[in-house]
Amino acid sequence: MSTQPIIVSASPHVHSDRTSKKLMFDVIIALTPAFLVSIYVFGLGALIVTSVAIASCVLFEYLIQKYLLKTAVTITDGSALLTGILLAFNLPSNLPIWMVIIGGLVAIGVAKLSFGGLGFNIFNPALVGRVFLLVSFPVQMTMWPTAIENNTNVVDAVTGATSLGVIKEGLQYGDTMTEISSRIPSAIDMLFGFTGGSLGEMSGLALLLGGLYLIFRKVISWHIPVFVLMTMAVMTGIFWALDPEHYANPIIHILSGGAILGAFYMATDLVTSPMTKKGMIIFAIGIGIITVVIRLFGAYPEGVSFAILIMNAFVPLINKYFKPRRFGSKIKAKIV
Amino acid sequence: MLKTFPKGGIHPPENKLTSAKSIKKMPVPKMVYVPISQHIGIPAEIIVNVKDKVEIGQVIAKSGGFVSSNVHSPVAGVVTKIDKIIDTSGYKKQCIVIRTDAKNESNFEEIDYPLKKDITMEPKDILQRINDYGIVGLGGATFPSHVKLSVKEGTFLDYLIINGVECEPYLTADHRLMLEKAEEILVGIKILMHALHIDKAIIGIENNKKDAIDILKKLTVNDSGIKVAALQVKYPQGGEKQLVRAILNREVPKNGLPLDVGVIVHNVGTIFAIYQAIQHNKPLIERVVTVTGKKLENASNYWVKIGTPISDLVNEVGGLPEGTRKIVNGGPMMGKAIKNLDVPVTKGTSGILVISEDEASRGEPKNCIRCGECVDVCPMGLEPHLLMNLSEKGMYEKAGSEDIMTCIECGSCSYVCPSHRPLLDYIRFGKTIVKKLNTVKN
Repeated sequence: MSTQPIIVSASPHVHSDRTSKKLMFDVIIALTPAFLVSIYVFGLGALIVTSVAIASCVLFEYLIQKYLLKTAVTITDGSALLTGILLAFNLPSNLPIWMVIIGGLVAIGVAKLSFGGLGFNIFNPALVGRVFLLVSFPVQMTMWPTAIENNTNVVDAVTGATSLGVIKEGLQYGDTMTEISSRIPSAIDMLFGFTGGSLGEMSGLALLLGGLYLIFRKVISWHIPVFVLMTMAVMTGIFWALDPEHYANPIIHILSGGAILGAFYMATDLVTSPMTKKGMIIFAIGIGIITVVIRLFGAYPEGVSFAILIMNAFVPLINKYFKPRRFGSKIKAKIV
Repeated sequence: MLKTFPKGGIHPPENKLTSAKSIKKMPVPKMVYVPISQHIGIPAEIIVNVKDKVEIGQVIAKSGGFVSSNVHSPVAGVVTKIDKIIDTSGYKKQCIVIRTDAKNESNFEEIDYPLKKDITMEPKDILQRINDYGIVGLGGATFPSHVKLSVKEGTFLDYLIINGVECEPYLTADHRLMLEKAEEILVGIKILMHALHIDKAIIGIENNKKDAIDILKKLTVNDSGIKVAALQVKYPQGGEKQLVRAILNREVPKNGLPLDVGVIVHNVGTIFAIYQAIQHNKPLIERVVTVTGKKLENASNYWVKIGTPISDLVNEVGGLPEGTRKIVNGGPMMGKAIKNLDVPVTKGTSGILVISEDEASRGEPKNCIRCGECVDVCPMGLEPHLLMNLSEKGMYEKAGSEDIMTCIECGSCSYVCPSHRPLLDYIRFGKTIVKKLNTVKN
């Protein structure tokens, strides 16, 4: 018999093989196809911005935990790495390096560690980083390299607004959707990612592929992405049906901007989304509504990031009021 | 689609290593250590003295009240000591130590009980016998069976459910019993139906025991009263409330009992014990125990006398393998880890599980990432992450209002937590305090 002591602990004595770390790496795997499309479309810029975002997130987490907070360093859990990737996916591929670094500092330092680190943050760190940059550097954050010029090939130095930006601007000048539609990429190009936009948000197809992988691996449940996109489709669909010359159709809305990236990867962030399925549905519908309201009636052409951050703030409240149904509650005590 | 309970539950690896091993007779131990508290409720009162000669099946400790149970001598021999001995709880408990009389043939007789189908006893006498013969729930909770069966006049009761689920990984004691004693179990069910004046019974078995389902279905094909329900494999389906919900679609009210929805649930092992008590005059002095573990050479199922030291069982399967780090009394989800192999088998011991180095230790707890997995798997609709937090912070009033007392301690939350948080440990702790507070209030 072994000389090592016998362990006595309370049940259960077995554990599933899921760990937080594995969940993080599953998300990273899911993001890979979209990243490859991004490198194909945007070239070196995508690689540089992503590497810098990852490096700054991980480094800031290390520095702040080690020297400022003097707590255990948690960079090996994969969450800072993931925040870096998600931040990069929300940035233009030609953003100056120093801005990317600021984004990383805000994401990790402000949005994550100042709230207490992994699990305690209220807002999605990558989105806080992005929105901070968006309001600080509005010009650089809204000029994307664009693939419109020659439709299928790698981008050159041309920069421009996204489809949503073009639509918003056109409508403001009094153009109709028929006139505008010639100036934006086709739905097929949007699906494959040959369009302008943030580094990781353009290829709907690659993002969907990764999203399905996450649902299949049970890292996320289908409720949030399906309800975000469905709400958006229904709402934009109503406006489009009423006045197709002044509102873009739902397909354009779903395939452009950060809708798919937001619905599958940002809104589903485990820490900042509700715990119950009921809560997730409320949360997702809220994101859909706010996104559409911003896109159609707000000053910004794009609203997914803001919508998710606003709904993040409601998560504690949602968790409080949308509890799972307790077994055996609210039923008659006897069968007669 | 097979039936199951709708909310929560998990699928741990089944590891039913011993499901093909027929139940062997464990050699009669030289000494037995019989605790007087092997059941939930008041401990029994010792009625023998040191140096007394006792016969096999003789009452050695008398039931201490209504929620209590008689304890019988599992062997013929001499009482050598009445002392406090560490039992499976890890605490020292009063125990009667009996040295087996090696010359007394009754200890070693191989009695082959023939199947006895005719039920001659009156309902009232059946209940009395179940009480007298020390029968308690053998599924693990060890609740005295006669208490469950004492139904007040006028109470609505229409179903008897037999729990053959055995949803704990590794354990196969009930499975083997159903295969080897199927006819006896059916007679046992009829005895209870007769005693309770009901005409409907359903045996619930998970679909990973197809052979047991087949045998019992075949034997009940012409029976109008007894049915077999094949269930989806899902832990913790063996929990009474989950089982009643799965089979009958009736939900036991919060803080209620199956009887509140007209159901009584008994484990198959208990049913077999009742059969033996009624038809063959045999008190509860032995039970089936699965002795198992991935590294054990001869993992198997055994008929074991109550009071047999666990070390005897371990020796029988070839001793503790190299690198053993944990020994569990019961299954891996709800069983109790024990340190001392001198601990005796009691009425509630369904299995002994030996776990080696690689699976024995827990993962290091990390921050809660609020994934909601614990909420998803909780079969009682609770929020384990919240209950842990409340217990940790000492907010017991709130924990009580968040229904902490309805937790069945199945451990599904701790099992799935990707951050290895000790959810159930804190919830258990919270429950003990909330229970005390509730007692003070009342």
